[in-house]
Amino acid sequence: MKRLSGLFLLAAAIVLLPILFPDNYFVTVVGVTAGLNAILAVSLNLLMGYAGQISLGHAAFFGLGAYSSAILTARYDWNPWPALLLGLAFTGVIAYVVARPILRLKGHYLAMATLGLGIIVHIFIVQLGWLTGGPDGLGGIPTLSLFGWAVDSDQRWYIVIGTLLVVVVWLALNIIDSRSGRALRALHGSEVAAEMMGINTAATKTGVFVLAALIAAVAGSVFAHQQAFVSPDSFSFFFSIELVTMVVLGGMASTYGAVLGALILTFLPELLVVFEDYEVMIFGGILMGMMIFLPQGLFVGLGDLLRKLRRQATPTPRKPAPQEPASHKPTPQKPAPQKEEKRHGVA
Amino acid sequence: MNIKKSVTALAIGVALTLGAAGQSLAAEPIKIGTFLAVTGPASFLGDPELKTLQLYIDNINAKGGIDGRQVELMHYDTGGNAKEAVNFVKRLIQKDKVDVIVGGSTSGSSLSVMPLVEKAGIPFISLAGAVSIIEPVQKWTFKTPHTDRMAAQKIYEDMNRRGIAKVALISGNGGFDKSGRNQSLAMAASYDIEIVADEQYGAKDTDMTAQLAKIRDTDAQAILNFGFGSGPAIVTKNVRQLGITLPLYQSHGVASKKYIELAGEAAEGVRLPAAALLVADQLPESDPQRPVLLGYKNLYESKFGDVSTFGGHAYDGLMIALEAIDRADSTDKAKVRDEIEKTSKFPGTGGVFNMSPSDHMGLGLDAFQMLEIRNGDWTIVK
Repeated sequence: MKRLSGLFLLAAAIVLLPILFPDNYFVTVVGVTAGLNAILAVSLNLLMGYAGQISLGHAAFFGLGAYSSAILTARYDWNPWPALLLGLAFTGVIAYVVARPILRLKGHYLAMATLGLGIIVHIFIVQLGWLTGGPDGLGGIPTLSLFGWAVDSDQRWYIVIGTLLVVVVWLALNIIDSRSGRALRALHGSEVAAEMMGINTAATKTGVFVLAALIAAVAGSVFAHQQAFVSPDSFSFFFSIELVTMVVLGGMASTYGAVLGALILTFLPELLVVFEDYEVMIFGGILMGMMIFLPQGLFVGLGDLLRKLRRQATPTPRKPAPQEPASHKPTPQKPAPQKEEKRHGVA
Repeated sequence: MNIKKSVTALAIGVALTLGAAGQSLAAEPIKIGTFLAVTGPASFLGDPELKTLQLYIDNINAKGGIDGRQVELMHYDTGGNAKEAVNFVKRLIQKDKVDVIVGGSTSGSSLSVMPLVEKAGIPFISLAGAVSIIEPVQKWTFKTPHTDRMAAQKIYEDMNRRGIAKVALISGNGGFDKSGRNQSLAMAASYDIEIVADEQYGAKDTDMTAQLAKIRDTDAQAILNFGFGSGPAIVTKNVRQLGITLPLYQSHGVASKKYIELAGEAAEGVRLPAAALLVADQLPESDPQRPVLLGYKNLYESKFGDVSTFGGHAYDGLMIALEAIDRADSTDKAKVRDEIEKTSKFPGTGGVFNMSPSDHMGLGLDAFQMLEIRNGDWTIVK
């Protein structure tokens, strides 16, 4: 239970937000985009943060999933669910075929190879006009429906994507704490050492690569149905970079960090539009500031900062916290920091 | 006496309140929403479009607005990304509650928001080129720029006049190029034109002699290049370098001075269809577009430098929307939509607009002028 307390917190936040702010643009519209980005960031984080394999082509798998669903449902009138499954299988096969040779590479070379993969997929999408609609995109994608419950409003999409996010985070947490998760982390530390311990590094790396691709493909399918329209620029190289930024910004090797990074990178530009011409500059400035002052990522960095502040606060018990005189109850004060500490240990 | 007084006071009071209420109602601004690719690869479209919208809205407000109401512009930059466009249009509709949307620099971003616009029931005037935006006709969606189909038709018309029947097609791989190529292929038969070659090049290629050498070996009577960016200028140069003397046609994608600069001498004799904005001062005095074009050109150039046809599309969209609101005397969305559809004989920068329930663009082939490049400048072909 303790291990998953962060997950419950996340789920509670997802449930409470639309109740507290019904029909709010930032919750139901931006929230949906943020949720999708968070799912992608969590999947990429499995690969980058835990296994230490950089990927600059993650948007390609997102795109493969999206276009599989879009083409099968809009062009060939398939039901969305079998289309989603076929899209998953297709993406999985491609990821598997690509993973073996590509993951032999390391560091910059791996980055280059995944970059190439992303660009190749993008070129295919643009050039196969008869199938994908080319650069103008493909429209007329029907919406999803679950046992007759059509997902046709922003609120309902929020429910679907919120649920999916919780499931993906739960999945990621469980994988990391499983045997294969430990294998991944060992691999990150030293590949040779991991092999000496009896870990089949090639199979482990391929496995996590395919898993990350599959999660991205599910997100892609859902995205296609949610937008009802797909166009190649949603899956370009730049989006891959954005995903990497989310993971790095939130904090590598932290699932909640990836979620946090995705939320910030989605909401910040929306909030900064009020600055009109300067929004890009301010956005860049904030990112730079975060990386300079919190280089381990926001989630880890903020956690450290909180702990440091608390340590500074504890040696001087004479100076009571400002709320303390109001309510003379020391009891609820005590377990709170403990909880915080534990939660952090999990993350 | 006393009663009479209080009744009068009451009447005056009521009149004042009503008047004040009426005034505050009238003073509520008309909200125009827009989403444009001001940054990113399509910024050459979004930048002049935004400048035009801001310039004219400021002008109109300075003159007292529409029906005494000020006009307010809500703008978001999509960077040319369809995904951003969808979110920003939701924001315009749900959060900003705009009355009309005029925007969408690229075909992709316009097409991606159409399902939303139709569902919300809000008049939308797109500034993008693709035919698929208005075909089939969607209830709430309109557009002002010419389509690539019209460009192909205009070119074929001119070819028919010159007795050209066999054409070699060469195009790039960008969105504009591809869509133009498809329309050129589709329209050829109805003008009795045979496409004898269909070559393509990449957007960043720096030499097209291989494709042109192939074309030289066919029995083509003219070359048609549908393209955008630097590609057409390179094709033009390569054609002359290979000593090909066939007439060369370009699309409206190169209708800017930049093309003549890039292609230099080689551009002499090249023909292309283009909006009249480029040759405003060459139009006859009787042309209804002439004052509009010169007015727009002079105002824009007094502030920002060289005018482009893209900014013109934004001018057309804004004016059509505002005139419709003026005629409807309200911002009731259904009424405004109906009035936009009734737009007739409106002289814009793109041509004279005559919209109807079956035509949500309202431009005829005469909206294009066939131009020839002579002495490094545009000349109207009569």
